[in-house]
Amino acid sequence: MDGWTGFIYCGSRSARVPGVSNTHRQQQVVSCRFARSIPLFSSQLPVAVTKSGGGAMSARLPRKRFYRARAHSNPLSDSHFPVPICPSDVDFSSHYPHFFPGPGPAHAHDGPRPMVRFADVGCGFGGLLVGLSPLFPDTLMIGMELRDKVTEYVKDRIQGLRATNPGQYNNISVVRTNSMKYIPNYFQKAQLSKMFFLFPDPHFKEKNHRRRVISVQLLDEYAYVMEVGGIIYTVTDVEELGEWMKSCLEKHPLFEAVGEEEINTDPVVKLLTSATEEGQKVARNGGQTFMAIYRRVASKED
Amino acid sequence: MDEGLIEESESGNACTDEAAPALIAVHPTESSVVIAVGSELRVFDLKGDSAVSPLDDLGGPHHSASIRAISFSLDGELFVSAGDDKIIKIWKTDSWNCIRTVQSEKKVSAVSISQDSQYVTFADKFGVVWIVSLKEDRDTKAVPILGHYCSIITSMKFSPDGRFIATADRDYKIRITVFPRNALKGAHEIQSFCLGHTDFVSCLAFVCSQDQSKGLLLSGGGDLTVRLWDYISGSLLFTCALADEAGNLEASEIEENDKRAVTDICASSDGSLIAVAVQSFNGVMLLSCDLLAKTLSFVKIVSMEKSYIPTSLALVSSKERLWTVMGASNLSSSDLTDNNQRLLTRVRIISFLQKDPLDSCSRDPALLEDGEVPGGEKLLMQLQGCLDAAAQEAAFAAAAAAVRTSLQNMMIKKQYSVERRELRKRNRNDKKIKS
Repeated sequence: MDGWTGFIYCGSRSARVPGVSNTHRQQQVVSCRFARSIPLFSSQLPVAVTKSGGGAMSARLPRKRFYRARAHSNPLSDSHFPVPICPSDVDFSSHYPHFFPGPGPAHAHDGPRPMVRFADVGCGFGGLLVGLSPLFPDTLMIGMELRDKVTEYVKDRIQGLRATNPGQYNNISVVRTNSMKYIPNYFQKAQLSKMFFLFPDPHFKEKNHRRRVISVQLLDEYAYVMEVGGIIYTVTDVEELGEWMKSCLEKHPLFEAVGEEEINTDPVVKLLTSATEEGQKVARNGGQTFMAIYRRVASKED
Repeated sequence: MDEGLIEESESGNACTDEAAPALIAVHPTESSVVIAVGSELRVFDLKGDSAVSPLDDLGGPHHSASIRAISFSLDGELFVSAGDDKIIKIWKTDSWNCIRTVQSEKKVSAVSISQDSQYVTFADKFGVVWIVSLKEDRDTKAVPILGHYCSIITSMKFSPDGRFIATADRDYKIRITVFPRNALKGAHEIQSFCLGHTDFVSCLAFVCSQDQSKGLLLSGGGDLTVRLWDYISGSLLFTCALADEAGNLEASEIEENDKRAVTDICASSDGSLIAVAVQSFNGVMLLSCDLLAKTLSFVKIVSMEKSYIPTSLALVSSKERLWTVMGASNLSSSDLTDNNQRLLTRVRIISFLQKDPLDSCSRDPALLEDGEVPGGEKLLMQLQGCLDAAAQEAAFAAAAAAVRTSLQNMMIKKQYSVERRELRKRNRNDKKIKS
């Protein structure tokens, strides 16, 4: 959910406004850098070409300004996008063609079908996925994002990265979905080893607390799709939300805080704030971040 | 931004004049029968052969809006009723006295009593399941134990061994949750999700054989299928598409464009008899379940008069009688009320009594005539509100239509035309910035 970039927050977070110009400047720099090594008109990525009007800046990587989306999306509303009936209904081979070698009889391929192991819930513009991809090249990861424009951006970004870095970024993908409603439709029991909730929508008003992506009830579902020993990462720059997420995880019988030492040695933790667009912006503005990292534990019931 | 939410609450308020189907429940030993229609509970004591008026000596509020869910406890000592008036009333069935009235924050859509009769669980319109302990005499507040995220829970049942609680929702999901020993601390461990329905799930029923306590789960839904699940693993074992069965029958005479859904299922505990009620279908479909082969098979259709579309079914484990009821609450016209302004319902009973005691296979279902029902006229007078209910065909046609509309409104997601959605998008603020 590192997707607040460039948009004005409602209410008390008007401090975000300065981020707008910063982000755009930075993007252009990125685009220029890639533009040097890449042919201008790529047939694979018509989006960048057509939408930019054939400008000299067009590169393979999509540019955020063409994927403007609102900062908020109502997670409670009825969804008008297709939702898979059950996990086996999801065609992950189209997401990770490199890991699913071509159509043909299923038994021709060795071993079991590869499974998605990491989920970035509310992936926003996909910064974390891009950062994680080279760290775990053999692990399939998926970003889940509710805003269709943002999802389109991440799709194009991954396509662009795959094209410019052959052999890399084949293990990341994105789906447009409401993960607060449809997590069990995508993953089987105990399928995931890591889940990320980075800079989620804070929903300050008490009447909107039930829209928060971390709640004791939703943690039941996250615990269901996570394997015992799997780790859930949450981070926010809003202190109130940080405390909320921590208290939900603390209250939940199936989660246990990860020790300080382990957090310090976990290579993923650094990425939480450094890889995501939102994290970078917080760092630029000298903001604080509040992390809660918990492990899925077995039920103590029996 | 909140349009979805606002619309939801608006339709929620409108529900008060939306029809609620009449419900029926039968005591586990068939010693009494209860019908809920509107805010009214009609009880008939079959053992004492008399009508009973449920009382609340504690002075709690009576139901003031449509009752949406009723249930007996497994041992038959308790009965619970709840609905749109946001109260849950727990009754002792020996005296039909209310022992507890629990307040809910939202309208209640499903209710259940745990197998050991220690807890009552109820589900509200926001998809949250709450629990009340019956252990202490003092009034304790309900606490939330689990939630389906913002989805109406349509059915809630405890597994036969009491270890799991199954909840079905409007978002095609069935969730099986471990029911913990200390349930007041919440039910956090999800055993499985049973996913496979392609429309809302409307009803659940457990079946199990005597030797294996585990059993299987049955579900029916808006996709007009009855599905059989291994609820421990969440795997779909068998799908019985009723469209094929119903479509072959001329008697059903289903109107075109009429979306049909399974509205109720009840099953004998061994699975040998499963009765299914289908929207707009004048009769009951009978299935059977082979617990070893894990399959469902279609047995037969019991057709009824054209105007009789059962809204609720009840069956006791002895499975000698299948009780069915048709009716609706809150019809604005005077159609459904007789001179005494009582809501009209119609009760029909299918008997499975063996005609020949030597031949155990000849369990031919027989539709009982009004003169043949147990309890006779007294029962019909109490439960139906009048004796010659069968004559009021127009009233029942109106009831059937009202129930159908209200179910659709509640369960089917609002579909907006592409133009309307485009128009909304065009007026969005972020679009304005761009142009």
